[in-house]
Amino acid sequence: MSAPPILELRQIQKSFGGAWALRGVDFDLYPGEVHALLGENGAGKSTLIKIITGAHPPDAGTVKIGGNVVTGLTPATTQKLGISCIYQQPALFPDLTVAENIALRLETGAKLRRIAWPARRARARDLLFRLGAAISPETEIRHLSMPEQQLVEIACAIGAGARIVIMDEPTAALTQKEQQRLFNVVRDLRKSGVGVIYISHRLEEIFALADRVTVLRDGQSVGTQPVAAINQATLIKMMVGREVTQNYPKRTTPLGAVVLRLENLGCARAGVQDVSFSLHAGEIFGLAGLVGAGRTELARILFGLTPADSGEIRLHEKSVALSSPQAAVARGIAYVPEDRRRHGVVLEMALEENISMASHRRLFPRRWLQTAAEDRLARGFIRDLAIKCAGPSALGGSLSGGNQQKVALARWLATKPIVLILDEPTQGVDIGAKGEIHKIVRQLAHEGIAVLLISSDLPEVLGMSDRIGVMRAGRLTAILPRGSDAATVMSAALGQSELDPV
Amino acid sequence: MNRYFRELSVTGALAIILLGLAAFAPAFFQPQPLLSLATREAPTLIVAGGMALVIITRQIDISVGSQFSVSGICAGLLAARGWPLPLVLIAAISIGALLGALNGLLVAGLRLPSIVVTLATMVTLRQGLNLVRQGEFVNLPDSIQWFGLSQAAGQWALVIFTLLFTVGLGVALRHIAAGRLVYAVGTDAEAARLAGISPQRVTFCAFVCLGGLTGLAAMMNLVQSPQIQPLSGQGMELKVIAAVVVGGVAISGGRGNLWGALAGLMLLACIAPALTHLHVEAYWEKAIQGGIILLAVMADGWRARKGGR
Repeated sequence: MSAPPILELRQIQKSFGGAWALRGVDFDLYPGEVHALLGENGAGKSTLIKIITGAHPPDAGTVKIGGNVVTGLTPATTQKLGISCIYQQPALFPDLTVAENIALRLETGAKLRRIAWPARRARARDLLFRLGAAISPETEIRHLSMPEQQLVEIACAIGAGARIVIMDEPTAALTQKEQQRLFNVVRDLRKSGVGVIYISHRLEEIFALADRVTVLRDGQSVGTQPVAAINQATLIKMMVGREVTQNYPKRTTPLGAVVLRLENLGCARAGVQDVSFSLHAGEIFGLAGLVGAGRTELARILFGLTPADSGEIRLHEKSVALSSPQAAVARGIAYVPEDRRRHGVVLEMALEENISMASHRRLFPRRWLQTAAEDRLARGFIRDLAIKCAGPSALGGSLSGGNQQKVALARWLATKPIVLILDEPTQGVDIGAKGEIHKIVRQLAHEGIAVLLISSDLPEVLGMSDRIGVMRAGRLTAILPRGSDAATVMSAALGQSELDPV
Repeated sequence: MNRYFRELSVTGALAIILLGLAAFAPAFFQPQPLLSLATREAPTLIVAGGMALVIITRQIDISVGSQFSVSGICAGLLAARGWPLPLVLIAAISIGALLGALNGLLVAGLRLPSIVVTLATMVTLRQGLNLVRQGEFVNLPDSIQWFGLSQAAGQWALVIFTLLFTVGLGVALRHIAAGRLVYAVGTDAEAARLAGISPQRVTFCAFVCLGGLTGLAAMMNLVQSPQIQPLSGQGMELKVIAAVVVGGVAISGGRGNLWGALAGLMLLACIAPALTHLHVEAYWEKAIQGGIILLAVMADGWRARKGGR
């Protein structure tokens, strides 16, 4: 590659509230190149993209675009510099036409100028024609399919004269045929000298499309390689190559009877199909997989939020219909959701109110609030889970992330569940609280609760789980025993192995 | 800041007005006009209690005026046919609850926006009633006037009942487990759902409660006059919503209580007589009420920007 790079990142650092997202990443992109960016969930890909698009400023390091050092980037200035980002979910206005959407991105000028409608439509038609897309400029966006919307996004990028196009998992929602069409568009972009940063979890796409690949892990670049020089095994090793350094509490008691058994469970609406496994009392069953693999969707099925439409759920070997969260709670299923900041705890309500929220029936059999009982319950959990707070009447929002997570956990422990589903229980939690949560979870299993642990933190899944189920594209692709190594799990998550039952 | 700052400030404002009146227009405190004022506002307070419930769940019902009219006319017709008072009362409450259930079904069941649903039911009920009654009044039998008591005794009974009932409802909202659910749903419906609460059920129940209370209020209005007219509830929704919002119930849901609603209503209701006694032109009433509502909403906005209590 003789031309100078159009984008150079040097020693980019970024942290969020003390947690490192990027610790000194180098990355560059040449014109006419497709450069793939690969890494596990949370490896720092999104943060890196947000720094390039100007959504986040870096804490340290330099960004060079077209050979010039640029600082103080904002999404508006990066667009002017020729950077366009195409997200997995196109960010278009559904009720406006294609031509209007393109115009919104490209037209600048006085707010009260007269609109040249014929020119607007002609430009849209021309851009779409260059992409080989059979879309009328007069169509409203909401009538377009997902890939068509992506094409409109790409048309915007080309129309804006983009020299750098970032694609964030563009094929996640596409069919095989649509993918091929998208690949052709990407190849055309490359031919015309555009630099493409391509993010995908699908290794086969990277081998089919990319010129070079950079692997990120824990906010650091593991290396950049020409795609021609490596194979899939090497890539997987680069992605996971680390050791489990933390000490995870191990199981000391034998497993109990089967508590929960799923047989060919599926839900078309949630994109989950044919999931079968069983969960024992006292067991921690880890669910690994990439974001979007269907793990949260499976949890929501089990909690009655999106009821299953095929297969069977058996609790204590009795078939049950979990058609609503109320039904699930009544059966002893508890779900600590991901994204607790939004929905796991109610930030405006007191800690004790949060803790008692799911167990009103047990706690207040006469329907009259027993503030003394509630207070006792809250104080018990504050002590047992070591929740750091000003007291039972402190507001949920006044607690740190780790302590909020403990409150969310306490709410469900108060229901005395038999199956506890934890969805990303330590996401965004500092390392100390993380260890405490791990200990609590193991203790709960020890007390006979069957735990389903969803986590994108691979060492956590490997360290905590008695067995590990791996999901990919809505299916359970493998069930692995304790002690499986990261590469095996990653291979299953990326689609490199068949289900081999334990 | 104190968690009850809004309630306290409304109560404070009310106290200031009352003190000002005591100093400059002591005539305001003559018992008979005051009792009449309280009697007139009693039905509004009952409806305000239900409205507080609905607004705390982050919904709104602007059809209460029409519900009030329909329940009133129906109860009046039954009374005119000679139904005994307790049965008329039950009928009024049931009709109100039924109308509330209709709103609740549309809002909670079909997940339609409550402001549009209740706008539609408001207009439909009102015009339907006009069509059927052609503006005709219902003459009421003397036996149900003031529950068959003397006027003074009836007024006292009504006012005391209303106050006790409001206190009871306020205590219930705070101390019955279901009351907690109302706040949880209004604060964060999705979080409530993930906690195993059904936001739909809670919302539906709030609308039914409001409807039932509106029926009760219509009955309390009925006993005050010899005739009942089909427009008796017109404009009630604005009065009630204003009182509740001034009293510190956040229109964005999840916060407020009946103490505030009571103080808010008293504050707004005092303005007109206060102006009369202070010899200010009555045209100022609406302007001052509007100003108070604006102030209350600004206080809520300020508080929301500060990030909670």
